[in-house]
Amino acid sequence: MKYSLASLFAGLVFGIGLIASGMANPEKVLGFLDLAGSWDPSLAFVMGGAILVGVFAFAIARKRTLSFLGFDIKMPASTHIDKRLILGGLMFGVGWGIAGFCPGPGLVALGAGEIKAAVFVAAMIAGMAIFEVIERNRANA
Amino acid sequence: MIEIAWNDFTPWSALLGGILVGIAAASFLLLNGRIAGISGILGGLLAPAKGDVIWRLAFLGGLICAPALWLLATDLPAIEINAGYPALIIAGVLVGIGTRYGSGCTSGHGVCGLSRLSLRSLMATLSFMGAGFATVYVIRHLLGV
Repeated sequence: MKYSLASLFAGLVFGIGLIASGMANPEKVLGFLDLAGSWDPSLAFVMGGAILVGVFAFAIARKRTLSFLGFDIKMPASTHIDKRLILGGLMFGVGWGIAGFCPGPGLVALGAGEIKAAVFVAAMIAGMAIFEVIERNRANA
Repeated sequence: MIEIAWNDFTPWSALLGGILVGIAAASFLLLNGRIAGISGILGGLLAPAKGDVIWRLAFLGGLICAPALWLLATDLPAIEINAGYPALIIAGVLVGIGTRYGSGCTSGHGVCGLSRLSLRSLMATLSFMGAGFATVYVIRHLLGV
């Protein structure tokens, strides 16, 4: 219960931040990704602001084994840089560049009632499902 | 030479929004002990483990309800989606497969990974940012769409 409430809170604040920052607007995102056009550097400030806070949070988390609500702190174990990481990143980046949506802003724009965002999110979930099927077949092979 | 779009440049709202995103990721980490990686939270619902569903829905529900909360205070800023439906579908499938294959997106690798100084996340972030810049260059300047 506590865990889910904290999740809801984090999701809400995350979404408000995406709206305030301009990241929920794909045209703004594409303006940032368009280095050769008239470049809008705003989104670098979104990343900068988030990391500014994040660095402190992770420094605190690193010194603890339990969260403030008493849950285990789970850090990603992998430090491996492999083909999956890079190819996955490249694929994601191409999709991001086509529509201007990454997962969070897609969900926020869906919540704002944008039909096009709903189509993007449905396709994204389909893509994730394709991944699951491929992974399961690999595991069974 | 890079030409800056000064009329579109919104450093203060971007910084403020970024700080809020950071606060969200920080509270998720310090309260629940987890990385706020949105593609992972969503993707995990497709192979759900017991007791692992409600909090995911709560987080995603928070994201989806954020515009409604915002509307209680003021009007929503513009959301301009110029991509057509075929492009949105192709983009969505690529983002879905790519983020799962690469174990993260802008939130998990970009915000959280860079905040914890992970080299793996830095490489992932450089990959998707690089591909994003290249894709927009091809679409807008080579294909002229």
